[in-house]
Order: sequence, then structure tokens, then C-alpha cells
Amino acid sequence: MKVLIKGGRLLDPASNTDGERDVLVDGATIAAVGPNIEPPGDAKVVDASGLWVMPGLIDMHVHLREPGQEYKENIATGTLAAAAGGFTTVCCMANTDPVNDTPAVTEFILKKALKEGSARVLPVGAVSKGLEGKELAEMGEMQAAGTIAASDDGRSVMDVRLMRRALEYARGLDLLIISHPEDHNLTRHGVIHEGEVSTRLGLDGMPAQAEEIAVARELSLLELTRGRLHFAHVSTRGAVQAIKRAKDRGLAATAEVTPHHFTLTHEATAAYDPDFKMNPPLRPEEDIKALKEGLADGTIDAIATDHAPHAPWEKEVEFVYAPFGVVGLETALAVTMRLVDEGVLELLDAVKKLTSGPAKILGIDAGRLSEGAVADIVLFDPGKSWVVDPEAFLSKGKNSAFKGMTLKGAVALTLFEGNPVFDPEGLVS
Amino acid sequence: MEFKKRHLLGIEDLDRDNISFILETAASFKEVSQRLIKKVPTLRGRSVVLIFYEPSTRTRVSFEMAAKRLSADTFSLSKATSSVTKGETLLDTAKNVEAMAPDLIVIRHPAAGAPHFLAQRLSCGVINAGDGAHEHPSQALLDMLTVKEHLGRIEGLKIVILGDISHSRVARSNILGFTRMGARVVVSGPATMIPPGIENLGAQVDLNPDRALEGADVVMALRIQKERQDESLFPTLREYSIHYGVNLARLKRAKEGALVMHPGPINRGVELDPAVADGPYSVILDQVANGVAVRMALLFLLMGGGKA
Ligand SMILES: [Zn+2]
Repeated sequence: MKVLIKGGRLLDPASNTDGERDVLVDGATIAAVGPNIEPPGDAKVVDASGLWVMPGLIDMHVHLREPGQEYKENIATGTLAAAAGGFTTVCCMANTDPVNDTPAVTEFILKKALKEGSARVLPVGAVSKGLEGKELAEMGEMQAAGTIAASDDGRSVMDVRLMRRALEYARGLDLLIISHPEDHNLTRHGVIHEGEVSTRLGLDGMPAQAEEIAVARELSLLELTRGRLHFAHVSTRGAVQAIKRAKDRGLAATAEVTPHHFTLTHEATAAYDPDFKMNPPLRPEEDIKALKEGLADGTIDAIATDHAPHAPWEKEVEFVYAPFGVVGLETALAVTMRLVDEGVLELLDAVKKLTSGPAKILGIDAGRLSEGAVADIVLFDPGKSWVVDPEAFLSKGKNSAFKGMTLKGAVALTLFEGNPVFDPEGLVS
Repeated sequence: MEFKKRHLLGIEDLDRDNISFILETAASFKEVSQRLIKKVPTLRGRSVVLIFYEPSTRTRVSFEMAAKRLSADTFSLSKATSSVTKGETLLDTAKNVEAMAPDLIVIRHPAAGAPHFLAQRLSCGVINAGDGAHEHPSQALLDMLTVKEHLGRIEGLKIVILGDISHSRVARSNILGFTRMGARVVVSGPATMIPPGIENLGAQVDLNPDRALEGADVVMALRIQKERQDESLFPTLREYSIHYGVNLARLKRAKEGALVMHPGPINRGVELDPAVADGPYSVILDQVANGVAVRMALLFLLMGGGKA
């Protein structure tokens, strides 16, 4: 099938392009990019005037819950939600049941994704067996089976010696290690950020230092091992500052931030609503400011959602007992665009954090719009305002911290390898 | 004045006028408690459900007695007698209780925010009888009533709260209540037990208990929960009692005739020396008596009694 996307504003950070261009898709590949492409006779023409044309987005941090917790989400629904949010590549974390700590589980996920997925799924394998932080998982075998990185996300590797070994060993494989930076001894029992709000609400807190200490520890180890390390969902000023200094020293460290962390403060938890309970927790205003500065100056390379769906009945409980996590795939792009409206990021820079930024960290050929590239493309209607209604999500998870918020800009079409995986207005289908 | 609230979730939702009105109403109900026949027909035909997810004889009995004196029917669910133990969710329990169409639910729960959770989902009124480390508003109201009775006023007094402020719902409610009524509240205790930003609730912090007690009108000692020792919040109970316990020598720093209060139950010899707990300045038993009057006032006002 040939599709000609005509008259749109092309935003491609990889080639630093912002201008009116047509894009011709032939099968799974971009056949041509340029001004005023004549439509071939057999091409479906999509009128993209007034729309932005961007590379398919890359989310390097999602939880698809399959295998084992399909009642929360599965690969089919999770990738549908991805498509609806403009994402064509997602990296799924290893905390499934069973844990993705063997090549067999990796293969299962990849097979399922190929069969039922609406997006490219790149599994992240566990660092340690069972995410228990005791022995290394078969990172090399999993990589051979198709993992893109290794992480014990959610349960940071507390044993510093094991983390050292993981970074060293992964270096030999040229495998990226993703750290969820949290010192669990400091966050035990904690459910929100430790500060004036936790004190007012009588909830146990998680101090910012739990993240900052873990970031400092990882960076120190990185100096020793010279591996490659990526920080998941950075949320504190101290962490941003430490990563900036490390990058200046030439360490191979990168970082991501979630839309909820750069948008909402810990005050959002004041009504004990579990849809604002996640780990790391929402932080005070000054941390948000630092996260934005980190995005602007390049300390933070990527925006990732940490999409963590839960069943409604799991969240409909006392705040303390509710599981951590919020969904994010279907709101991330529009929330990111707020940073452009606020003047935090230039438009191309904002798109970069969701495309070529994560592609570079992961070392994959995706997130670019040029001739010969894979036809992962998003059309975005920048003027369309909508109110976030979780019931309308394609994800099984309705636990959104952005519920009820009015967002500007909506996905109009998502092509994954040339196929219309999200096409609410029937532009192609 | 009119009292328009449907719920009492915390002192944080009450202003000075609300608090004064509740205290005045409670004072008038005290008269009922002193009668030979301690019952008035005010709330006949109304029903109150008490759901207690934590053992608490004194608060539950106090609410029950308050309801009975107003002739309301009461139903009690506690961990031992209900399906709470069978893993039923709070929402399920609440929905079942609601089907019984009570006028009011009184809830005690170990999780902060549990009463708010119910109030958002049920059509009846909710009284928070203590939620985790968050609030215990009826306790603060009875403490304020006790102070007002003994000292004639609240405004301008110095109230010192000693102990585990971090984990105390009594401390939070009292800080909010007493400061709203114009008192000065100073908190003290081991620094491990003073949470960040407690000043934002209106309290001043003085980590030196002797200095904190200087010139106090009211000394409130909080119960030390022995299981906190496992969290290394203080080395030993012995050291706690020496450094932070209220004994006669330490009490001398307070004003002459200062009141000694405690939300109970007391660990004698830990946070309160027996000579203080059972001494002439202790108003701990008055607190218990005032508890019934304050809870009568709350039931009455929340069930529409305050409306003209
Ligand atoms: Zn994580």
C-alpha cells in the first residue's frame, strides 16, 4: 500500500527539519520526503494540512503486564494504547509474572507482540533473577533473544556489589542498564514525597534523598565500570544536578522524565486519590523547575511515561493500600506539548525527547522521518482541545493522573510500519 | 448560628466559629450527662454505624454512649465481629453498611484518608474517629473543651505537645485546633519524631523539651508506641522516659497549675511519670467525660441539629 501524506508540517528532530513537506510511504518504508510530491496513481492521499507530521514516538518505559497480569493490561491493549498516543515503539519492563529474566519469557513477549501488537515492543530484561537483587539474570542470553536493555525497575538493585557486576558485565555485551534510582532503606513504608504534604496528610514519606543517594551511587559505580547507564523517571533536583555533572565529566549516563513528574506537584495527592500515587512520587514545585531545566539543557534526554496500568478495583482502595503507578501512553504527547506552550522547550526539541532522543539511548534506528526509514509516523492535530476521560482510553488501565485535565493537541493518525494502527477519523482506512 | 457540615473529617475543615459552636453545644450537653436519667429523645429514630478497623475501646464506647444518650440507634462493626477480617474491601463494607441506610458513619481506620474515601462515595455523613497518623478531630475537640473548662479560655495559652508527633493524629488535630482558637502550640520530642513542615500546620518546634515546657499552660504527652522502637526512632524506652518523659521536675518549668493531658492509654513510667499521671494537675479523667459531651454535640450537629 502506498500512502502520500500531503501538506503537513513535518517535524523531524533527527534531520532538524521543521517545514512543509510531503511524505510518501511505500509498504513499511518511507519512500520519499520532500515538498510537493506528485501522488503516484496507486497512492492513498492523506490531506495533512493543519496537522503536524512526526516520527512515531518511542516510549522507553512501559509496563505491559503480560505475561501474568493480563487483567491489568496485555500486549494487545497496551500497544493499542501506545498507538492511540502516537507511540510506535515501547520498551516493556521486566516485572511481569513470571519475571522476564529468561530468554523464554523474552521470546514469548516478542512473539505475542508480533502477532497481536499495534506497536514495536522491545522487552527490557531483568538485571537479577526474579528481580531479587541477589544473582545476575542471563543478560547475554536474553539480549540474544531480543532484549534492548536490562533493568530491575521498581526494585532497584540494592546490593552495590551486584550492581557493579551488572554494569561491568553489561559493558561486555554493550547492553544498556536502566536504573530505577531509589534507596529502599530510606523509602520503606513511604507512599508520597516526604515533605509538608506528607506531614499534613499523616502519610509516610519518601525523601528526595532516597533518589539522590541512589543516583550518586550509580554514577560512582559508572566511574568504576565505565558501562552505559540510563536513569528511569528522574524526579528530583539533586538527581538532575548530579547527572548533569556526570555528563560534563564524560560519563555515559542518560536520563528520562515522566510527564506526570514535570507537570504535577505533591499537592495533587492532597485528596488521598490513589490515581496520584506512583513511585517515584510527585515532588514539590522546585523539583519540577529543575526537571524542566534539565529537559531544556539536555541533561534529561528523553520523556518516558512509566505507563503502569492497574485494575480499577485495585486503585479503588485506601491510599496507603493502593498499588503505585499511573497510565500515561494516551496523554504523554499532549502533556509534553504544554512544555512548548510554556516556553520550556522548542517544538523540535520537545519532539526529540519522544523520538530521536530515546532512539539514541537505545541505539535503534527509529524515530526519524527520512527516505529509507521505517514508516512509523504520527499525525498530530495541534489545535484540537480535549478533556482527558480515562474511560475512553484504549488501555485497560484508567488510573490517570491527568483525568479531567484539558489538553491541547490530539493524535489524528498513527502509522506503524506503514499500517494505520490508530485512525479514528478514517484518514487512511 | 447554623452548622451546615455533613462530615467531620478533620479539624482542618473547621474554622474558629465552627469550633466555638461545637464546644458550646458540647458544654450544653454536659448537663444531660449529669442528670440522673442521662437520656434525651433528640435523635430518636436516627441511626449511627460505628466501623472500627482498629481496636479502640475508649473512643468507640464514647461514641456509642453519646449516641445512646441522644436516643439514636447504634450498630457496631469491628475487626473481630465483621467481615472486615475476611478481606472485604473498605468500599464493599461501606456499600453494605449504606444499604442499612444509616444517618451517620463513624469510622476508625489505620490508613490516613480512609474517612475521606468513604465521604466521597457514600450519601450519609462521615465522622473520622481517627485515621492513621492524619487526624482525630473529636479528640482535639474534647481536649479543647477540657482546657476551656479548666482555664476559662484557649486564646493566648501556650500548649506543649510532647512525643511522637510524626505518627500522631492527636497531635495534628490539636495543633490545628488550638492554633485556630488563638493558642500557641509548641511541639517537642526526639528529632526523629518531628515531621518536616509541621510548622505549616501552625506549630512551633523546640527540640529541647525543658525549654519547650517553659511557661506552658497545658502539657500534653503522647503515647509512645513500643513497636516504634524497631524503627530506631529512639534507643530505648528508658532513655526516652529520662529525656522526654513528663516528670515532676520537668513539669516545674511549666506554669504553676498547668494542666497535664494525655489521649490515653498511658504508658506509666514512659511518657508520663506516675506521680504526674495521677497527680493533682492531671485532667485525664475529665478528658474522658468531655469526650462523651463532644461526641453528642457532633452527632447532634451533623444530623441536622444545628439547623434553625
Ligand atoms: Zn521504576
